[in-house]
Amino acid sequence: MYRSNVLVCGGTGCTSSNSELIIQKLKEEIAAKGLEKEVNVIRTGCFGLCALGPIMIVYPEGSFYSMVKVEDIPEIVEEHLLKGRIVTRLLYQETVEQDTIKSLNHTPFYEKQKRVALRNCGVINPEKIDEYIAMDGYAALGKVLTEMTPQQVIDEIKASGLRGRGGGGFPTGLKWSFAAANEADQKYVGCNADEGDPGAFMDRSVLEGDPHCVLEAMAIAGYAIGASKGYIYVRAEYPIAVNRLRIAIDQAHEYGLLGDNIFGTDFSFDIELRLGAGAFVCGEETALLTSIEGKRGEPRPRPPFPAVKGLYGKPTILNNVETYANICQIILNGAQWFKDMGTEKSAGTKVFALGGKIKHTGLVEVEMGTTLREIVEEIGGGVPGGRKFKAAQTGGPSGGCIPASHLDVPIDYDNLIAIGSMMGSGGLIVMDDTTCMVDIAKFFLEFTVDESCGKCTPCRIGTKRLLEMLDKITKGQGTPEMIDEMEKLCYYIKENSLCGLGQTAPNPVLSTLHFFRDEYMAHVVEKKCPAHVCKKLLQYKIVEDKCRGCTACSRVCPVGAIQGSVKQPHVIDPNKCIKCGACMEKCKFNAIIKE
Amino acid sequence: MQKKISSIPFNGTAEQEAKLKEIIKKHKDDPGAVMPVLQEAQEVYGYLPIEVQTMIAEGLSVPLEEVYGVSTFYSQFSLTPKGQYNISVCLGTACYVKGAGKIIERISEILGIGAEECTADGRFSLTACRCIGACGLAPVMTVNDDVYGRLEVEDIDGILAKYMA
Repeated sequence: MYRSNVLVCGGTGCTSSNSELIIQKLKEEIAAKGLEKEVNVIRTGCFGLCALGPIMIVYPEGSFYSMVKVEDIPEIVEEHLLKGRIVTRLLYQETVEQDTIKSLNHTPFYEKQKRVALRNCGVINPEKIDEYIAMDGYAALGKVLTEMTPQQVIDEIKASGLRGRGGGGFPTGLKWSFAAANEADQKYVGCNADEGDPGAFMDRSVLEGDPHCVLEAMAIAGYAIGASKGYIYVRAEYPIAVNRLRIAIDQAHEYGLLGDNIFGTDFSFDIELRLGAGAFVCGEETALLTSIEGKRGEPRPRPPFPAVKGLYGKPTILNNVETYANICQIILNGAQWFKDMGTEKSAGTKVFALGGKIKHTGLVEVEMGTTLREIVEEIGGGVPGGRKFKAAQTGGPSGGCIPASHLDVPIDYDNLIAIGSMMGSGGLIVMDDTTCMVDIAKFFLEFTVDESCGKCTPCRIGTKRLLEMLDKITKGQGTPEMIDEMEKLCYYIKENSLCGLGQTAPNPVLSTLHFFRDEYMAHVVEKKCPAHVCKKLLQYKIVEDKCRGCTACSRVCPVGAIQGSVKQPHVIDPNKCIKCGACMEKCKFNAIIKE
Repeated sequence: MQKKISSIPFNGTAEQEAKLKEIIKKHKDDPGAVMPVLQEAQEVYGYLPIEVQTMIAEGLSVPLEEVYGVSTFYSQFSLTPKGQYNISVCLGTACYVKGAGKIIERISEILGIGAEECTADGRFSLTACRCIGACGLAPVMTVNDDVYGRLEVEDIDGILAKYMA
């Protein structure tokens, strides 16, 4: 028994800010004080509050240290772990209220959250199967194999109302029943961990923080549809997740929880890892299956759906990581428990990756039906730097931008589609008034043009033409007619593309056109970028009465575009100016403005 | 995505070739072996010149065009060698919104190379990558295995100087 447990986040975010060194230093200091039999150091998965990483929690007190530095460790060990005096100065300040220290669960970031898929992340050591088992791990698989028929499992998942968390929102139980109904000598269970949306890292955190919950759920799915083999297709860009999955698979084998005759029954199931190689289209289910077969990850027409003819032509189900993370809890707590959370048509919770211009970047899990305002303002702490919220982008390159006027819409699958965006896998990027919506649309189109696999023409050529038009608009060469033409092309691409990538690629353009049309018009009519982002439409100017004639700007200008004598107001020659912004950064008197 | 193809002559060693043969042997009978073999071969050679792809095609008894099709399809496979220090700037949405564009511009300026290029002395290469999932630390860049987060343009000179020494 240890008297203290120190949990240090070993997720990608905190590892990037040196949590490994912190763990090493902690162990050294603890050994130097002879406390190694009393204090246990545990490397966990993601706590969610990545903005404040590296993060460390000391139990039993539950003291939450944020932005920990290696230099702080000797003090924490000496004061807190040896003498029992919490180092208040280094705590997450939201937990400190005058003289008392609040529980982490009562801080605004955690209070509104409901953790189902993330319940073990940041709580257990993901590299130890025993810790997972202690949290009821593999109990669901045991229950399924010894007390339930495959049909009962499918019925339970159906009744729970669980829908695919990868973005599409297809009812999971229904998908399983299709694959179960098809007779075949071999069936497959796939896990889509090719989290390609830029700005989304929910699946990575689940895999890093709780890999066994995915393995267990895949085995349950295998039992339900009659498959004996599973594949996890995971991005090679997630080395920590890949490594922990490998460890988890080995340990599950060792305990007889994967392999032949699991729990002494005649059910056998095995899981293999496949690494992606950086192709966004492989998040699309048919492309992913083609990629597992070792080919170019090009999508196939549907039907036939994978449940009929999938991997190597056999019935296959493919679910997203977060979908699997809910399965075991549904089996253990019952379908009704799950259905009671969320909204009528979208049961349960959803994990979002908060990013962009928001105070608490990180991972949050909330009940479906929570409003965007609650997520952005209460949990996320709002937009920093006194700037104004402009839009939230959900669904990545397939989604859209939600403006401030829709902040109070309860988030679920259907509501987001109704306002021209989509749930997507859960990336949620907040933008403030310094973000240009035309530029953002262009950013996403650059992405889709790059990632279009080229198999079908509407997507390959259509997205390229769209990008060209957007490029012209940001350079001041657009016309109002071009905007109408763009809109027409968007619908054409949506209706005629082969797979989900092309069918959703125009969404960022359509949604910004819908909500921010005036911004597009400003670009094409007045040739101005209201957010001052599009370089070609900018002009740097010196405000005469603010300029002291210090010459700092004219000295830093790389092209000699600024003229003026000492102590006299300076002037920028717009014909020479290359709009690099160096003068504006240098000016101490805020005399240089962008227009 | 268009791939740049290396014009630098291939100079693989016998030791590397032995490793490659080992990898091919290990995967020869697996269904869908092309991708895992290319991934492991890239770890051995650092990139995938046509000579290596030819050896893989012969070893696995698949047409070279199939191997080439796969190696040019996925962005992770590189047909050009990487520099001694490969700088990768994340241009995912979260990083982009927080100014990653300016970061890559500054690096480009200092090194005199664009994205997907390598300096003439082979010391530095620059890649614009998609989300690496460290959005909480945006904007982010990596130099080989070192990660730098919460970047400001002013930090760049100092970071690069460390590797130029």
